[in-house]
Amino acid sequence: MSTRRIFAQPARYAAIAPYLWMVLFFLVPFGFVLKISLSQTAIAQPPYLPVFDFAEGWAAITAAFSQLSLDNFGLLASDSLYISSYLRSVVVAVISTLMLLLIGYPVAYGMARLPQRWQPIAMMLVIVPFWTSFLIRIYAWINILQHDGLLNKVLLALHVVSTPVVWLSTDTAMYIGIVYSYLPFMILPLYATLSKLDASLLEAAADLGASPRRAFWLVTFPLSLPGVGAGALLCFIPILGEFVIPDLLAGSGSMMIGQTLWLEFFTNKDWPVAAAAAVALLVLLVPPLVLYDRLQRRTLESAK
Amino acid sequence: MTAQANGKTGESPEIDTAKIDSAVAQAMPARSADDMPLLRIEGVSKKFGTFPAVDGLSLDIRTGEFFALLGPSGCGKTTLLRMLAGFETPDEGRILLGGRDIAPVLPHERPVNMMFQNYALFPHLSVRDNIAFGLKRAGMARAAIDTRVAEMVALVKLDGMEKRKPDQLSGGQKQRVALARSLARRPKVLLLDEPLAALDKKLRESTQLELMELQRRLGMTFIVVTHDQEEAMTMANRIGVMDAGRLQQVATPRDLYEAPASRWVAEFVGDVNLFNGDVTSRDHRRLTIATRDGGAIVVSEPREPVTRTVVSVAIRPEKVKMSRRGPAPDAAGSQAINRLEGVVADVSYLGGSTVYKVKLDSGAVVRSSVANTARFDTDTYDAGQRVVAWFTPDDCVVLER
Amino acid sequence: MARQVNRMSAFNVTSLALGLAFLYLPIVILVIYSFNASRLVTVWGGWSLRWYFEFFNDRAMLDAAWMSLRVAAVSATIATLLGTLAAVGLARGERFRGRALFSGMLYAPLVMPEVISGLSLLLLFVALNAERGFWTVTIAHTTLTMCFVTVVVQSRLASLDRSLEEAAMDLGCNPVQAFIRVTLPLIVPAIAAGWMLAFTLSLDDVVIASFTTGPGSATLPIRIYSEVRLGVKPEINAICTMVIALIAVLIVIASLASKLSSTQGESAAPL
Repeated sequence: MSTRRIFAQPARYAAIAPYLWMVLFFLVPFGFVLKISLSQTAIAQPPYLPVFDFAEGWAAITAAFSQLSLDNFGLLASDSLYISSYLRSVVVAVISTLMLLLIGYPVAYGMARLPQRWQPIAMMLVIVPFWTSFLIRIYAWINILQHDGLLNKVLLALHVVSTPVVWLSTDTAMYIGIVYSYLPFMILPLYATLSKLDASLLEAAADLGASPRRAFWLVTFPLSLPGVGAGALLCFIPILGEFVIPDLLAGSGSMMIGQTLWLEFFTNKDWPVAAAAAVALLVLLVPPLVLYDRLQRRTLESAK
Repeated sequence: MTAQANGKTGESPEIDTAKIDSAVAQAMPARSADDMPLLRIEGVSKKFGTFPAVDGLSLDIRTGEFFALLGPSGCGKTTLLRMLAGFETPDEGRILLGGRDIAPVLPHERPVNMMFQNYALFPHLSVRDNIAFGLKRAGMARAAIDTRVAEMVALVKLDGMEKRKPDQLSGGQKQRVALARSLARRPKVLLLDEPLAALDKKLRESTQLELMELQRRLGMTFIVVTHDQEEAMTMANRIGVMDAGRLQQVATPRDLYEAPASRWVAEFVGDVNLFNGDVTSRDHRRLTIATRDGGAIVVSEPREPVTRTVVSVAIRPEKVKMSRRGPAPDAAGSQAINRLEGVVADVSYLGGSTVYKVKLDSGAVVRSSVANTARFDTDTYDAGQRVVAWFTPDDCVVLER
Repeated sequence: MARQVNRMSAFNVTSLALGLAFLYLPIVILVIYSFNASRLVTVWGGWSLRWYFEFFNDRAMLDAAWMSLRVAAVSATIATLLGTLAAVGLARGERFRGRALFSGMLYAPLVMPEVISGLSLLLLFVALNAERGFWTVTIAHTTLTMCFVTVVVQSRLASLDRSLEEAAMDLGCNPVQAFIRVTLPLIVPAIAAGWMLAFTLSLDDVVIASFTTGPGSATLPIRIYSEVRLGVKPEINAICTMVIALIAVLIVIASLASKLSSTQGESAAPL
């Protein structure tokens, strides 16, 4: 036995309450999503069949199980609306992540090269917008991007355009919104890796005859790749399931899978299909999550 | 100012450690032969996974001793200390404190305190509250706590610092707070894990003396873990040298240096010249050992007779003398003198002494350390010079392990 | 001091400045326009507090704001309690049966799209026949935000020097006392940061709340969201500005508190 073990027992008791909470409000609901994704749509309250009736005991439950079907997933796989929303989610997430990298990297690099005492302040400045409401930040952009908004005014005044440009309800607006919202998620892991880079590495590179530009590409950039990976995945994963930004800023022409789910649930009241869409979205999340997990593990190991 | 720390033990409220025979708490005169030792470690083993950190170790420590556990990092000395404190439980063996097995006793119920290597001062508490921490847990009355804290603050010379937080203290001051905090409960045994490792050299030397002075005055039993042999030799009455989870030798500092028990100890403690060879003859308490590197070396038979024929001869560099032509006939009395001829290969001037590396004709190198006793020494040697390195049979140690 | 090789280039300065401008400009514009006297959001009609008064006369908006504040305060408090307990279990519990599931359940909501979290909780509430309103939203937010609290507190616990707890035990504390007397005071900044994070996340959420709330108990984000879908209204600018101000005050309080606690190396740095 060691001190660690002396502490372990009471610590485990502490975990009981949150454990039960998460089982009841995370695991069990998740089971419901799976189950309802296999149920039939019905015009009822709630609008799906079969419903578990716990009062009727085991027989009712087995009866319910026998009625489950994969129809909803069949619909998801055959209807072009769902397939295209699936694809669009991936495309939007990939493009946004690349844009975030392109914008976030120079900012993080600039932060890492700030004098030491300014760095915490710069980090604070990047974090603060993350604390201000997500919805408000999207709304701020609607203010700017609307037909007679600030952006068009500036562009007209500078004679860049002669008539106001339609920004709202376009993919451009959506990408601006996504990049804006997720920028801190990209900058922070990048900054974390870049700021840890030993300054003497660059001095060594210069000493060995590398120009600053070459030193960047030969030393700094390769060493910052773990941060690039972490930042990219930290953005890519939530963007896949994004709902609010495309709903407010993009046009109604094509939808991301989160929007499809919302539409099926709230507008079409087709809960089973919405649940099936949720399961499909989760499946989509698995590969990047596994990748992220592996990356984190490797970073942890190399830190040792 | 500090003498009463021990003298008043009877009057000031004592921490309740009734579980252990209270008689042991009194500072008993050390070295009474038939007394049970204060601390007896019996066949203690501890494995981490498959790695044996401590391997069947036994050791007795008497009341009032200043005992040092010395060894390279990873030798198991810290694990042993942590078992004494109760942070690790031995897989095998017993740890008897005052005759009672404390191996299963949890750390907070042991009359033993520890000073941590990084001090582990509570950053949210003031100096005063850090020192009072253990006293409050022991349920001491407020007034008694105040008295004891004041006593401890005076003892470690931290007067005026009581209200400071640990991060407002220098390294040396932190060290003193940690010491005061671990002493406040008047433990039967104080464990010190590399107590001076975080201090710079000058401070370390003065603190060594203060620790010794403190320990002598309090009559308390100190067990200190260190990797610094000079520190162990300066402070401790006895030193246990550890390697690979076992005690290699337990001895006074002098014996450890002058009579190491094995090649490993001889090489770990101080600098040494080693010659491997076979015992070829033995007469008049003299052994002749044929070595490959140094030819025949005559040594004095140690107190315990040498039983093996394959042995090593160890000779400390300062016992190897240098001369141009060899010793004068009366230089070593009637003793047979070992003479090794060679060429000075390297000279390192170290201030107090100069170390010569002499390359023997056999190719082996012998080091000789010569004290610089005069500012303008005439007896110096230059690289390339042919010299005789010589030493007496009494200065050699025969090692069988 | 600046070394030749590590000097900031003009490129570094420019990209940093542009990056920060990009992050702040929209918010600044929003705040400025909230004081616009003109009904037309795009025409500057001089400074005015008109839209703030408008908000304080808008019964529905006020109700929604009050609902949001209550939900945020209650759910953040429960989430902080549960999240801290969970962090202790994970950081100090060593290996125990079901640990992998436990940490999995706590990490999953961090990456789970809100539409899924919202949908799944709604399905639970429907199955339980729970009346939807304040408590269902609060439970939903607690479930999501306690995971963030866990992450923040757990990382603080993991970086805490274990020898402090050992020292406490050495000085006579049992494990529970050692936790209360030594560990807890040292992780308070992290717990406070966790509470703030939970509070702002709850105040911010529109998706999960839309799923789990019932008729007549819309939260502020739900109200804002439905207004925004219809177009920009100056009153929304005013509300948003007040929310930003509230969060800014919280951040200032938090950073002051962490400075006052004066334990070096601690910081309530969000995330």
